[in-house]
Parts: sequence; structure tokens; C-alpha cells
Amino acid sequence: MAKLILNRLSKAFETGGRPAVNDVSLEVRDGGFLALLGPSGCGKTTVLRMIAGFEQPTDGSILLGDRVLADAGDMVAPEHRNMAMVFQSYALWPHMSVADNVGYPLKVRGVTGERCTAKIREALAAVRLEAYADRRPADLSGGQRQRVALARCLVTEPDVVLLDEPLANLDRHLRQEMEETFREFHARSGATMIYVTHDQAEAMALATDVAVMSEGRLLQVASPQEIYARPEGRLVGGLVGQGAIVTWPAASVENRQLDWDILQQLLSRSDGTECADILIRPQDVEIAGEGVPARVTSVLFEGERYALKLALGDEQVLRAFSRQPVQVGDMVSIVIRSAWRL
Amino acid sequence: MFRSQNRGNSQPRWLFSFVVVVIFFLSILPLGRLAATGFSSLFNGGARELLSDPAVWQALYDTLTTSFLGMIAAVILGGGFALLLTLFDVRGKTALGFLFMLPTMIPPQVTALSWIGMTGPSSALLKAIGMAPPLGSPQPLYSIGGIALLYGVQNAPLVFLSLRAGLLALPRDGVEAARLSGASSWQVLKDIILPLSLPGFVAGAAIAFVSCVGNFGIPAILGIPASIYTLPTLIYSKFAAFGPNTFADVSLLSGLIAILSVIGLTVEERVLRGRDYRVIGLSGQVAMFRLGTWRPIGEIVLWLAIFITLVMPLTALIASSLAPAYGVPLTPATATLDAYREVLFKQAITRTAFINSISLSLATALGLLVVTVLTGYYLVRSKSRLAPVLSALAEIPYALPGIVLAVALILVFAAPIPIIGISIYGTIWIILVAYFSSFFAVSLKPVVSAFRQLDPSLEEAARLSGAGFGRRLIDIVVPLVAPAAGASVILVFLIACNELTVSAILWSAGTQTLGVAIYNLDDSGSFNLAAALSVLVVIMVIAMMLALELMAKRLPKGVVPWRS
Repeated sequence: MAKLILNRLSKAFETGGRPAVNDVSLEVRDGGFLALLGPSGCGKTTVLRMIAGFEQPTDGSILLGDRVLADAGDMVAPEHRNMAMVFQSYALWPHMSVADNVGYPLKVRGVTGERCTAKIREALAAVRLEAYADRRPADLSGGQRQRVALARCLVTEPDVVLLDEPLANLDRHLRQEMEETFREFHARSGATMIYVTHDQAEAMALATDVAVMSEGRLLQVASPQEIYARPEGRLVGGLVGQGAIVTWPAASVENRQLDWDILQQLLSRSDGTECADILIRPQDVEIAGEGVPARVTSVLFEGERYALKLALGDEQVLRAFSRQPVQVGDMVSIVIRSAWRL
Repeated sequence: MFRSQNRGNSQPRWLFSFVVVVIFFLSILPLGRLAATGFSSLFNGGARELLSDPAVWQALYDTLTTSFLGMIAAVILGGGFALLLTLFDVRGKTALGFLFMLPTMIPPQVTALSWIGMTGPSSALLKAIGMAPPLGSPQPLYSIGGIALLYGVQNAPLVFLSLRAGLLALPRDGVEAARLSGASSWQVLKDIILPLSLPGFVAGAAIAFVSCVGNFGIPAILGIPASIYTLPTLIYSKFAAFGPNTFADVSLLSGLIAILSVIGLTVEERVLRGRDYRVIGLSGQVAMFRLGTWRPIGEIVLWLAIFITLVMPLTALIASSLAPAYGVPLTPATATLDAYREVLFKQAITRTAFINSISLSLATALGLLVVTVLTGYYLVRSKSRLAPVLSALAEIPYALPGIVLAVALILVFAAPIPIIGISIYGTIWIILVAYFSSFFAVSLKPVVSAFRQLDPSLEEAARLSGAGFGRRLIDIVVPLVAPAAGASVILVFLIACNELTVSAILWSAGTQTLGVAIYNLDDSGSFNLAAALSVLVVIMVIAMMLALELMAKRLPKGVVPWRS
């Protein structure tokens, strides 16, 4: 197996308009688990479909190790890429049993007999569906269908496994269970995995690397921890975590990690210094007896705490948590323990 | 390393060439040849003689009159039936709909024969109940009015279907809003439903008109004895009296039919084009009107219509087939199955016709299926701008009356085929080619709708599993479109088995089809044999329609033509 490389990849559809994918360069290390994160229509699914071979890039290239899979002139057909994919709709063949679905890639490769049955059994065992081998997909629940699709990926030891929003059609409880299954699957198979999602929590929980896309462009690639702690730019900052973004005259400050001492200075400054976007996460906003005044504009009871929206003196909005009940319209004093200049 | 030249497409390169070749031979070549012959005779002056023939103008006039009157009859019958059945709470809707759709699937010459059996001085049915007009009085159906009436009965289902599709797509919330605004049922019908369903009416009328213009069976049986010729029967008689100008003449005449059809089809296409935009909001089951105490009366009217247009003629047909000879009164004592014995076992001609029709229809249905699965796959999956054009070209031969296509194919195959030097004119092969061309669209439609419903990811998953095109087709695609493919086979078989227009022009000794056999038996005065053969055909039609009806639940919407 080898590294998957996207080299200045672009895709423009014939319908015109802005390219769906624009100059995306990315390396996925062997055995890595990359989440492609972005709002719907950002081009992440198009990237995935180009990696699979269902779309051809209009510019740039895709390489697996030193083998060119696709460029603008030529491409390897999907059936010769040794990849596997879990589709959003699962794409199980309704006319085949669970075992036949899982075993189809083997059948196509000419694996038959005892070896084939053993591999199918092994793959079904990995997703805990041995008992369902003879059922039809129609008789299974959503989560079970998802696991069959996963077992079908497992069976041929593919170089790359692609997952297209696989949890989008499942309820919240099943999602958590499936996330666990995916992690297990990744650890066991050692395959390179690429996971498309618009849910940042899912991306953070599963991936070893997160790539954030917007409007066809790649904004940032980093580990989940890095993306969370040090997002680049307003779009990534807004997408990751529940932070609020304010604009304060902070462009001249050298350090991007801002503590309360610096923030206090910024807040009192009203001269024409250039402004910058600052990301403030709710857990860093502390309601205290001191600090700057803010007005409560909305209160949402979340069970373990209250989620607040606060308006500062300049009407910019912050998010905060409170253990005590507060009322809309209350004035509170806040201290911002930490913030990040985007 | 294997490299596909297709830009991310799932199709192999040969598929496009295959589809182009198929459509070229089934559509472009025959119609192009017809147009070429028509134009050349127009410019070479050969047309002057034809156009100065008053019989041609009389035939055009009679075609237009019968078709127009037939269209009106079809609109009244089919439109009324659709409104009553769709909007009101009558019982037994499925049965009524099925029975009402039957006449469109019954071959026109059989319809004509059964109506003849119901009226006139020699009617076995009327004689049996003592109501026959005196001998020597004229058969009332041998007239313009008779032809038009039967056109109406035959084509009312087309109006019914078109209007019903429109009514089912009506916005329910629009009707409910009108109700809440205080409109009475009658006002809702008049102000909301009828204006919105007008396109369905007009489109249905236009298709009915086109179908009347191209009808051969009815004017052949009702018109020729009274020396009333429509354009299709005039073409037939030109072939019967073959002369040096025949090819030039018939190509002009069928060009005329094609022009009339294109006008009708254009009207249909125009009125339906806007429909999607006009109906905004929740559509679905139309808010039903309650008939209340009127319900039994509404139901009686519907069943009476079925009785008159279907039950009575078919009873008359059965009665004629049981009568010992044409004109002999039918009583329990004289009733005999001799006619059936004759057509099934004794007459070599009818036996040949059975074998010919069944093998031609089977070959067409199964052969076309292979072609349409590949073509349908290309048409649905291809992103090429050519795909809609090819799709339209595939539709044309079926949209045009069969007689136009038959003439076109004669022009193509009158001379031996170049290079191989074999002539198929006069053999059964020319009929097979004509059936392929005529019923290509019939076979294609169910397959295309099945492909449209197929989630592309099912095939993509197979590609990633390593399956190439042929493998995917066999393992994944074909099993999933199998119900629609089955419907396509039955439908083509049904239509091909009943067909008369194409084979009436193309048959020769030994290659007669069932349609031709029925027509010839009637023409030679063996009315009871013609009736018996017709009864057998009707039984076959009903059996196949029931088979499709049973499959309907597993088929994509719109595949079974009488369901919508």
C-alpha cells in the first residue's frame, strides 16, 4: 500500500459556473483516516468520487504511491483501482442475500469455494452479522445495512476505503455505535480511509486528519486537535466547535493565542487599529463578578447547563455556558480566559 | 495497466456506436428513404398526376372527416369516463378502468367485426333475439359515421388516460382552497378542475386524432365495402393494383399521413409542455366529490358505457363465431364450434398465421429487449447532449402511424440489400424488421423508466467491487430491471400479435399474420371464421393484459399503459 496524493486537483462540470473542486492538493498517509469536512455543496463528495474514479478531474492528478490513477487526459477505471466505498444509500443489491452482497467483490475476482465462504464469514463476523448471512438487505435495519456495506469493503482488503456520509441516514443512537464500528474497522484493516461528512463532531471523533473544504477549495488540513485549537480563517473557525467570532482591533498583536490581559487591552482600545477575526469558545467565557459587562439575549436550557448568547457593548455576540439560571435581558460581567485570532 | 478512455463514464466506448447504429437502421434510414422518395417524386412531376386524381382528395377529405368526428366521439366518451371515474366516489374503479382500457388493446379490425356482428340485417345476435332489421336493409356502419363512431370507441381510452394523468396531478390544496373560499362542487369543477385539466383534454384529443388518421383496420373493414377510402386504405389499394407509379404515389400519400400526424403530435407536445409549471403545490389524490344519492346513477352510466362499447360487441362477436354460417339464425340448437375447429385445426392459412404472428411477436419482443436494455442504459446514463436527440429519434417510428413505416421499409428493401445481395422483400424478414422499428419505442419505455429509478450507486458499488461493464450488466443491472423487462416483453408481444397495419402492406403468400388472416377471412365472406379467430385473439389480449395487471405493483410507474 502507499500514500494517496491529490495533486492540484480541479473539477469543473460542463454546466459551467464555479468549479466544483478548485486546486486541491492533499496527501493521505498510508493507513491514515482522513475526514473531508465541509458544508453541503463544498465539493467534498466530488473529491471522493474522483478518488473512486466516477468522475474525471479536469485538471491536476491523483496518485496512489507512484501510480497515476487519474489526470485530465486519462484515468484508471474504478473497477481496477482496488478501492471500496460505503455509500450514503449503502448501495446494497436488493436481489442478493447479505452473504452474496459481501462476497460479490470476491466472486468478480474469481475467488470461489471454501476460501470465499471463509472470507465472507470472517467479514460478517467483524461487523457482528454472522447470523444474517442468508437474509435479504430489505429485511435488515438501517444500522445492519450499513454494517453489511462495511463488510463488503472489508472482504477484499482494498488499498483505500471511501465513506460518503455513511451516518447521514441513521439516528443519533446508532451513529455512536457505528462510529465505534468504523474506528474498530480502521484499526483492524489498516486501510487508508477517507470519510466525507458535514458533521464536525463526527470528523473530530473518527479521523486522524481533518481536511476542511469550502466552495471547492481546501482551507486547512491538520489533526483534529490542531484544527480545533488553531483553526485557520473565519470559515474553519466557524465550522469547528461552537465558538463565536468577533471582530476586534487585534491585527497588530503578535501572538495568536490571546489571554484575558491582552483581550482587556483590545476591548478598551477604540483607535483605528486594523481589526481581526477572533474566535471565542463558550467554555472560555466565564461569568464572574468582574470583567466586561454583557447583556443576555437568549437562554437555552440544555440539561446540564444553560447555553447563553451574550451581546457586548458593541453589539457583537458571544456564546457562553452558565450553571445558574439567568433571564433574557439580565446584565452579567464576563471574563474571557482564552481566544484565538483567526 | 488497463485504461478507460471514457471520462468517468460507466459505459464502454462501443455502446455509443451501438446505439447510433441501432437508431440509424430502425428510424433514420427508413424515414429518410421515405422522405427522399417523396421529395424526388414531388420534384420530378410524378406528383402532378397523383394530385390531379380526385380520389386522392376524396380520401384526404374522408380521412379528415372521419378522424375529426372520431376524435370528438373519443373526447366525449373518454373524457366523460375519466372525469366520472377520477373525480367522483364511484365504486369498482379498478375494474371499470381496466374494462374501459380494453378496446385500445383489441385490434381495430376485431372491433370493426364485432360491431358489424352487432348491427345490420345479418347480425347473429340480433337475429337470436329477434331484433334484426329486415334483409336487404343497409349495414349502418358502412359509412363515414360508422367509421367515426368506431374510431371514437377505439381511441376513447387514449383521451381517458391523458385526462386522467392530468386530473391525478391536480393540486389538491388548490381544490381545497376553492372549497374554503365558498365555492360549490359545481363551481370548483367549472372554475378550477376543468381549466387545469384542459391540457390533458387537448393532448388526449390530439393523440386520438393521430391514431384515427393512421388507423387501417376499421376503414378497411367498414369503408372499402362502401367505397369509402381513407389515406391508409388508399395506400393499401394502390399496392393491390401495383403499377409503375406505385412507389412514388404511396410515398407521397404516406408523407401526407406523416404530416397530419406530426401536426397532431406537435399540438400534444405544446399543450403538455407547460403542464409541469402550471401545477404548483401538493398534487396527489384529487379531492373527491361525493355523488350522494346520485352515485347509483353515475355507476349505471359508467357500466352502461362499458356494456355498449365492450360487452355487446364482444357478445355479438361470440354469437357470430358460433353461428353455423353468416346470416343463419343462432339458436341453442344451431350453435356450433365448427368455426373454431376450422380456424384452429383445419385451415392451413390460419394455422400459418398463428405460427407467423406468435413467432414474429416473440422474436420482436425478445430481440428488442436485448437492444433496448443496452440503448436504455446509454440513454439514461449518458451525459452527452446527443442522448435526448437519439431518444427522440427512437420515439418517432412508433409515434407515426404504422402504415408510414411499412411504406418506408418497402422503399428501403424493395431492391436487394447492397453488398450481400439478398432481397428480403416479400419474406417474413421484412415484417420482422418493420416490427423492430415500429415497436422499438414500446419496448424501450419500460426499460428506460426502470433505469431512471435505479440508484446509480448500486452500479458504482459493483464497479468498485471490480466488475466490468458486461459483468455489472449481468449481475446487477439486468436482475434489477427484470420486472420492467418482463413488462416490455409482454407489451411488445401483445401489440405485435394484434397488429394489422404493417403486415397488411408487407405480407405475401405464406407470411400472413393473425391480423391479415382475420381481414382476409372477412374479405372472402367467411364472417364466422373471422369472428372465431377474433374471439381467440381477444382472449389472448385479455390474458396478457391480466398478466401485466398482476405485475403492475412491481413495475415503475407508467410502464403499464392503462394504469396511471
